[in-house]
Amino acid sequence: MTDRAPATGDERPPKPRPAPTPDADSAPYWTAGHEGRLVIQRCTSCDARQLYPRDRCLVCRGPVEWVEASGRGSVYSFTVIRQNYSRPFRDWIPYVVALVDLEEGPRVMTNIVGCEPDAVHIGMAVRAQFATVSDEAGIALFTPVAAAD
Amino acid sequence: MTPRRGRRAVIAGVATSDYPHLPHLSEHAVHGQAADRALADAGLTFADVDGFATTGFFPMYATGVAEYLGLHPIYFDETNSGGSSFEVLVEHAAYAVEAGAVDVVLVTYGSVQLSQMGRRLGTGGGGGGFAPGPAIYDALWGNTLVGNYAMAARRHMHEFGTTPEQLAAVAVSMRRHAATNPQAQEREPITVDDVVSSRLVADPLHKLDCCVISDGGGACIVTTEERAADLPRDPIYILGAAHATTHHLNLSAMPSLTVTPAAQCGPVAFARAGITPADVDVAQLYDSFTITVVLTVEDLGFCAKGEGGAFVEGGGLEVGGRLPTNTDGGGLSACHPGMRGMFLIVEAVRQLRGEGGPTQVPDARIAVAHGTGGMLSTGATLVLGREAS
Repeated sequence: MTDRAPATGDERPPKPRPAPTPDADSAPYWTAGHEGRLVIQRCTSCDARQLYPRDRCLVCRGPVEWVEASGRGSVYSFTVIRQNYSRPFRDWIPYVVALVDLEEGPRVMTNIVGCEPDAVHIGMAVRAQFATVSDEAGIALFTPVAAAD
Repeated sequence: MTPRRGRRAVIAGVATSDYPHLPHLSEHAVHGQAADRALADAGLTFADVDGFATTGFFPMYATGVAEYLGLHPIYFDETNSGGSSFEVLVEHAAYAVEAGAVDVVLVTYGSVQLSQMGRRLGTGGGGGGFAPGPAIYDALWGNTLVGNYAMAARRHMHEFGTTPEQLAAVAVSMRRHAATNPQAQEREPITVDDVVSSRLVADPLHKLDCCVISDGGGACIVTTEERAADLPRDPIYILGAAHATTHHLNLSAMPSLTVTPAAQCGPVAFARAGITPADVDVAQLYDSFTITVVLTVEDLGFCAKGEGGAFVEGGGLEVGGRLPTNTDGGGLSACHPGMRGMFLIVEAVRQLRGEGGPTQVPDARIAVAHGTGGMLSTGATLVLGREAS
């Protein structure tokens, strides 16, 4: 979707996807993404699972560790963005921004790719597909399970 | 908190600045114009002001505006909760005057975002440029401000069967009120069909589901019942207030997209005021988008969760309807300079004074002003009354 031609006749080269700057909380998350793995945090006291990365469990304030996630989830809600003046996004219009509930529980924001925007629906089964956005970070996009398998 | 004798907090003066287009004024001059008018309305001068509150998007914003206005207050506050900020600032001011810390708090708002930025607000960004710390997680996907509210609308439709036409009814009713407000930015009548056939900005929200983008400001004066007894205007009592937050810029951290912070602070504010939703004569509810109003009427308890769509249909929000709302035309039609919360307070006070003009709610005694900020991130409820209890 990043390669889609600008709709506005803009002659500048495509602007890359924005990349996060890893910090002490998030570095393992972005690094895993760079390796094509989706990881989430698990509380070693109460077993709760969470994202985004924090220094403690949101349920019991206990310590957390990183565990692998299946990469599967379902669409909790979504929108089709049809107006965004900022690059690179305006070159993608229309595109889907969604909240995906991972199988393990945590909810993440993402883009749904690999299908027409009109095909996306709440409850749609999706799976992670990674995009490298810097030398140190990869991000999880999601695509319909039917299209990926 | 029980106030000291005679120190019940009241609003003694209100004003809006000129709006909606002020290319000839600086942002700070908008604060000044609103302050001049609110002080005149209250029968006070800058010399009477010992407390000051406002907020903007720079640190130490309130001290900067105080400097511009030549104020040296002994109390100041610049709590920023986005669109709900001014309800929070007035709540804080009420506590301060009731505690005896300060006597006259001037609260101002000013913005020239239309003149400075054009009509871009809400439909740009999403690229992480503004994302401090953890805000990065939802800032990588090209989501826009509108997109956040659109996802809430989509989820509400999914869970409760709410329709685009029901959302549109909010915009239609706000426009009907705006038609009677000579200052309103948009006054031409619109129909449900106009709304749902306007261009989609972020599905399922259309252009006419979104607020206007304006210049403008307002101000109010919070003081004590005792002080107000010597002033020209009938005081409007701050009967109860509360505010709440569920998340900041990460919509993914909002526990449910169909339950806003209003569900938490609304009942608390009503209990503090000793009222129930049925006691409310007129409401001023933040209407950044049509869905914002549907969620708010549910969360404040004016109808059950999921019934907001039916509640707003058929003129439910119009004068004479179930809950007369945004009698000035709201942010959807009258004026939305970015943080509209001050306008809610000014219009609530005008209604309680009987100054509502063509959209006056007969014998309005209790008004609610509820601000919503961020990405449905914050809520702040003020219950105002013509009588002390």
